[in-house]
Amino acid sequence: MKKTEIAVIGGGPAGLMASLAAAEMGARVTLIDRNSRLGGQLVKQTHMFFGSEKEYASIRGIDIGKILSAEVLKNPRIETMLDSTVIGYYPDDGVLGVEVEEKTFVKIKPEKVIVATGASEKFLPFENNDLPGIYGAGAVQTLMNEHGVIPGDNVLMVGAGNIGLIVSYQLMQAGVNVKAIIDAAPNIGGYWVHASKVARLGVPIMTSYTVKAAYANELTGALERAVIWQVDNKWQPIPGTEKVLKVDVICISVGLSPLAEILWQAGCKMKYVPQLGGHVALRNENMETTVPGVYVAGDVAGVEEASSAMIEGRLAGLNAAKSLGYDNGTFNEKRREALEQLESLRSGPVGEKIRQGLAQLVS
Amino acid sequence: MLCTKGIPTAEDLATRIPPEERRKKGPVVMIECFQKIPCNPCYTACKHGAIQKFEDINDLPSVNFDNCNGCGLCISKCPGLAIFVIDETYSETQATVSLPFEFFPLPREGEEVDLLDRSGTKVGRGKVLKVRNGKYEDRTPVITVIVPKELSMVVRNIKVGGDVS
Amino acid sequence: MRIVKHPILSFERGREVEFTFDGRKMKGYEGEPIAAALHDNGVRVLSYSKHLHRARGFYCAIGNCSSCLMTVNGEPNVRVCTEKLREGMVVETQKGRGDIK
Repeated sequence: MKKTEIAVIGGGPAGLMASLAAAEMGARVTLIDRNSRLGGQLVKQTHMFFGSEKEYASIRGIDIGKILSAEVLKNPRIETMLDSTVIGYYPDDGVLGVEVEEKTFVKIKPEKVIVATGASEKFLPFENNDLPGIYGAGAVQTLMNEHGVIPGDNVLMVGAGNIGLIVSYQLMQAGVNVKAIIDAAPNIGGYWVHASKVARLGVPIMTSYTVKAAYANELTGALERAVIWQVDNKWQPIPGTEKVLKVDVICISVGLSPLAEILWQAGCKMKYVPQLGGHVALRNENMETTVPGVYVAGDVAGVEEASSAMIEGRLAGLNAAKSLGYDNGTFNEKRREALEQLESLRSGPVGEKIRQGLAQLVS
Repeated sequence: MLCTKGIPTAEDLATRIPPEERRKKGPVVMIECFQKIPCNPCYTACKHGAIQKFEDINDLPSVNFDNCNGCGLCISKCPGLAIFVIDETYSETQATVSLPFEFFPLPREGEEVDLLDRSGTKVGRGKVLKVRNGKYEDRTPVITVIVPKELSMVVRNIKVGGDVS
Repeated sequence: MRIVKHPILSFERGREVEFTFDGRKMKGYEGEPIAAALHDNGVRVLSYSKHLHRARGFYCAIGNCSSCLMTVNGEPNVRVCTEKLREGMVVETQKGRGDIK
């Protein structure tokens, strides 16, 4: 059995920052990721991030991913396991089961665990919603920005949150036509600056609209057209408002839900918090769950922006290291700084939903 | 309109348009940021003390127009691509608009392009005066395009190629 | 279709390799997900569901959702959105659950 001081599960923005912070304090870290490279979903974020300089504002997500990955890989206190999927946590012994390169099964016994597994895309019920050509917005980003293959010619984007708006813009950058962005809500959920970016490209944003049905091309079996219709202020569709759009891609961007399997296995006390995307673990200010030694950070701790995920990661890394007795003398200052950063990122009007969600979580 | 279509209204814009006396003096910044979001790189980018320090990172940017020399170094640093520089002194009848443009192909200097408004609707044709696409812009090129003076507050995007007619 | 020129990104692709999809010869780049290569070749339908035999494509593209299971080199239920393409791979549309040998 392999032993380590801190196991970090997931090498996205939260996991990378957690590893760096823990190593900085002096702890030995094993960072485990199922992909062949670090960075998580940063590798497809071609847009510049918001926030302040401390959160890499104005730098593109792809570049933040490169900066953090390089720091992790050159840090002698961090061991990185790629192509490695944590497939089980055995709370009685505190052992992680890890499948490496789909060939070998490795057991790891860490003293502390930081779960930074991220989130997965939600789905939307409508007739024929399982047709090939109906993809998650993140999937389209992966295909297009990571692998350089466009998803189709004409796209209907469902969801005008930040992801829906950003992916629409990125589709246009890749030369794909976005026919419309629709959202069942009466207002755009994402940042208005993102909305203005796509509006000036001539992409119509239609609020109070949802998908009624999708239809396949009889020959290919793949998506050929979508029917959308308006909803009233009680979210009920209004018959007679149907519009047909000829699209070969419907992009679903209706939110994310935390990938919390490991936390359930660990026996963490979980709570359903819609504002945070689904079931999340109760935790204290140090990001420690109700199972001592198990920490959370990033979208698995509540779906939010990548900038907050990074700072949550820092906070979890700092605290996990400190709980093992590691402190290079700057712990108090760095912890306070991270808490202040998180508070300021969440303090504005766009952070209200997150604040409501987090208020339900403190253990 | 902003919250349903992403397009600011005349009332929204009125709060952001630089004063007329300042516009008569030369190029000046216009920040079309209308929502309090946690973001402040425009302040960090400004070397002339025109974009004021943020008390709270969620504040809207506040500009001291007299300090702004229209250098445009903030344009490519705004994650929301919401910053433009307007020069209404370019000629008797023409103004220039400098805008961020992250599309391929880039226009060449001197090339005629479609002028688009905030809804992406074509409002005319105009010549590209300058293309800034160096290390500083870091893949957010800044295009300066010549527009009829009455469209200085209308044109906010371009389409390369476009319809010559 | 491949993105040739992009305003922000440049793509580092592996060497070009051949593989087959339901017996048809196709080309892709080594190391990219099988699903990306198939998509570039115009293949959207990856499998048919067990009970209602409905066409399935990928959905999440990062190995979470199991919408993209295909038979690869005779092995069923391979997530082609994350499985890397190799020279000479035999990729087949999967019908239902697939036979485990």
